[in-house]
Amino acid sequence: MIGLGHYLSVAAILFAIGMAGIFLNRKNVIVILMSIELMLLAVNINLVAFSQFLGDLVGQVFAFMVLTVAAAEAAVGLAILVAFFRNRGDIAVDDASLMKN
Amino acid sequence: MSIAAIAFYLFAFAAIASGLMVVASKNPVHSVLFLISAFISAAGLFVLMGAEYLAMVLVVVYVGAVAVLFLFVVMMLDVDFVEMKQGFLQYLPIGGALAAVVVVELIMVVFVWVFPSDAELARAHPSPTAAQTVADPNGPTNIEALGLILYTDYVHYFQIAGMVLLVAMIGAIILTFRTREGIKKQDPAAQVGRKREEGYELVDIRPGQGLS
Repeated sequence: MIGLGHYLSVAAILFAIGMAGIFLNRKNVIVILMSIELMLLAVNINLVAFSQFLGDLVGQVFAFMVLTVAAAEAAVGLAILVAFFRNRGDIAVDDASLMKN
Repeated sequence: MSIAAIAFYLFAFAAIASGLMVVASKNPVHSVLFLISAFISAAGLFVLMGAEYLAMVLVVVYVGAVAVLFLFVVMMLDVDFVEMKQGFLQYLPIGGALAAVVVVELIMVVFVWVFPSDAELARAHPSPTAAQTVADPNGPTNIEALGLILYTDYVHYFQIAGMVLLVAMIGAIILTFRTREGIKKQDPAAQVGRKREEGYELVDIRPGQGLS
């Protein structure tokens, strides 16, 4: 029988993959954004699993909000990326040090 | 093993494998496609849990909008992605170790989880279980029950979510908006400020002579 623990384990593994992705692809902002999306997906799986196994719908309403914020974050993040690319002609994270000089 | 269990392991394995490939693949276009696969697998998991509405939202919003947005940006930017992959192996030990620690910690928490005995009583909005939906086909389904509380008790959250999306939309438009030189476009101020005298000119044309 598949219980709460199974779903939470999948979410935990996905979250860790997303976290490792941020570390491993430090130079590529696009993959970092995708890793963040993976982590938010893991959080959503957690929220829905708890909501369903506790029998309380509020968790799904909250997952809905997380989904909204994730979509907004992706849109703004990619817009910043495009603006950065237009200014610099590159998207290397190491070059994003204009404020330091 | 029941069909539900087989489906669970199928979707879970697909989600985790796709997640790994998102991180590990060399080409970002492949990463985006594996991200889509991960989202669809997660939507399958949501259906298995009985959250049909969120599963459909996940497919429509993530696969239909966010992933396609990623795909657009990846293909629009002219960047050498192979060069960016450098440092992957260098950071593999620390990244892998960190991920392993987090997984072990989280799963150790998971399998000792117990709901308190009064958790059932503290529910704010009991959701229809699968058994209830089967027993009473006319009762509220997941999407109905969600709609009943989303538009009543949580209407402010719903509107705030709309506001977040509006602000994100305006922000994204302003960030990527640029004016280009030499483009013909409407100037409403000039159109409205146009006077009658400037609009036409009376010319007396004599027969046999053209306009000079």
